[in-house]
Amino acid sequence: MTVAPPRRRPRLVARAPQETAAGLWTYLFLALTMLFAAFPLYWMFVIATSDDEALAKLPPAIVPGDRFLTNVDEVFSLQDVYFAASLVNSVIVATVVTASVLFFCSLAGFAFAKLRFQGSNALMLFVVLTLTVPNQLGIVALYIVMGKLGWNGTLLAVIAPGLVTAFGVFYMRQFIVNTVPDELVESARMDGATTMRVYASIVLPAIRPALAVLGLLTFVATWNDFQWPLITLSGTDFPTSMVAVSDLASGNYVIYRRVLAGAFIATVPLLVMLFIGGRQIVRGIMEGAVKS
Amino acid sequence: MSTTRAAPAPSSRPAGPERGRSGGDDRRLSWRDRLYRFDMRYMPYLMIAPFFLLFIVFGLFPLLFNAVVSLRNYRLDDPTLPYWAGGENFSRLLGDEDFWNALYNTFGIFLLSSVPQLLLALVVASLLNRKLRAQTWWRVGVLLPYVTPIVASTMVFSVFFSRDFGMANWVLGLFGLGGPDDPIDWRADKLHSWIAIATMVNWKWIGYNALLYLAAMQSIPRDVYEAAAIDGAGPWKQLWRITVPMIQPVVLFTVILSTIGGLQLFTEPMLFDPNAQAATGGPNGEWQTIAQLIYKVGWKDLNLGYAAAMSWALFLIILIVAGVNYLVTNRLSGGQR
Repeated sequence: MTVAPPRRRPRLVARAPQETAAGLWTYLFLALTMLFAAFPLYWMFVIATSDDEALAKLPPAIVPGDRFLTNVDEVFSLQDVYFAASLVNSVIVATVVTASVLFFCSLAGFAFAKLRFQGSNALMLFVVLTLTVPNQLGIVALYIVMGKLGWNGTLLAVIAPGLVTAFGVFYMRQFIVNTVPDELVESARMDGATTMRVYASIVLPAIRPALAVLGLLTFVATWNDFQWPLITLSGTDFPTSMVAVSDLASGNYVIYRRVLAGAFIATVPLLVMLFIGGRQIVRGIMEGAVKS
Repeated sequence: MSTTRAAPAPSSRPAGPERGRSGGDDRRLSWRDRLYRFDMRYMPYLMIAPFFLLFIVFGLFPLLFNAVVSLRNYRLDDPTLPYWAGGENFSRLLGDEDFWNALYNTFGIFLLSSVPQLLLALVVASLLNRKLRAQTWWRVGVLLPYVTPIVASTMVFSVFFSRDFGMANWVLGLFGLGGPDDPIDWRADKLHSWIAIATMVNWKWIGYNALLYLAAMQSIPRDVYEAAAIDGAGPWKQLWRITVPMIQPVVLFTVILSTIGGLQLFTEPMLFDPNAQAATGGPNGEWQTIAQLIYKVGWKDLNLGYAAAMSWALFLIILIVAGVNYLVTNRLSGGQR
């Protein structure tokens, strides 16, 4: 009786790529990718810390200078750019939008995921369809609408359209379908809990990870938004930081160490978020991909 | 916790003030009944209402109203014009050189950005799909461009692509291209400015798309790769013959996404121009995109009616291109089996 099975078989069985240990080349290419991804950011810092001469050097400067505070100080003291105010504005806009998206999207997501009501499927389909409408198309009319409301030139014009997003509703629905057991909702109902009570004591605790993901993605997108804030806020004393940075670069003679110092300051909050919540952002993007 | 709030028990704690208001026992019951019925029947609608309200006011209505505006004389600087313009805005569009130029630029930049972007994303994703040390670190790393504001990165790239002391020319010079004696002026002609802008777009989105592909790759069943190994397919062949067809839905999704995004390109071409406020995309419109032209017509020339007509044209174009891309990608990525 032969005991050992033929030893060759395991070699024939291919391993999926994710079980194949990465070789030297993989690491090398990935390192190059990282360099490509990180270098513009690093170089933004280099110029933000340098004097004007750094930009007129060949080979180009690649070591940070010592003038960061000088440059930053110049950016903040420019009269018609309102840089300090713009940072505050961006924080307000991004925070309000993020908080509102989290609340309203999780409510709607809960309704679509666990509550029975007439037309829920059709309405959910509608939500998904709105995802495919390019948001720029109604921008002219949106400006007119905001004008009628008297909101152009105020932060309201930037905040209001973003308060609930189709993506957020969709994302929350998927997450709640998968993580909140029906029985838990049912039994809370039997105990006489109202819908809002179920939301507060069962749904909310269960969806904390999803809230983190959606919150980070929303904050980043809102902070970085440029076209609509430019249209409605430019020329006012209430720019967002993106509009203010673009203002730094307007005029006949652009001083790039200032522009990039401003750009760097406006980027730092997001880098901090990526550093702290990178894992969540990665997960959010990857989950969104598989489910859509 | 919540079990103590057993539904109609008269002894329940008077915790909810709106619930416990004094009154006859049966009246209280019916009040509760009504609350319960309201909660079951209408609460869901209340919960989804914010989305629909907001979408109608700031999404759907502007979209429809845009159609009305496009048929009107809507100039911010001249309200005396006749109310309706009929098809004038649209007929003007057909003969507008700026529009066709912008359309040409938009497509040029779109091709130079979307194709390399998605191909490189596939490669990066397949690298990330290996068993890596410090896996999370790599994945977070490729997202650096994704969180960076386009406004900020475009400023950096604008300096990279400057003619005299730009990093791009310097690097090309190392390889014997251009060089300090014959530097490339990245803002002087269409092709070079398109390449510069496409580089910014690619930089921004490769990592993001790579993560989308990676997610799909990881859900491919393992045994699919067995057959390939028996056939003796190497990693490169594996990628094209197995992985890509298997993640086809996500590929289609990214193609649609990059079409919608690419055809609306605004920030990069705006800020690549040292004279950004003019929104002309170069002295002779070398890289002016449609979104940029809409901005210029609407808010620099103050002709909102015409800008609205252009928006509709852009919408149609996006629909057509997204449809065509869908079909083409569908065949390319699925038909190779």
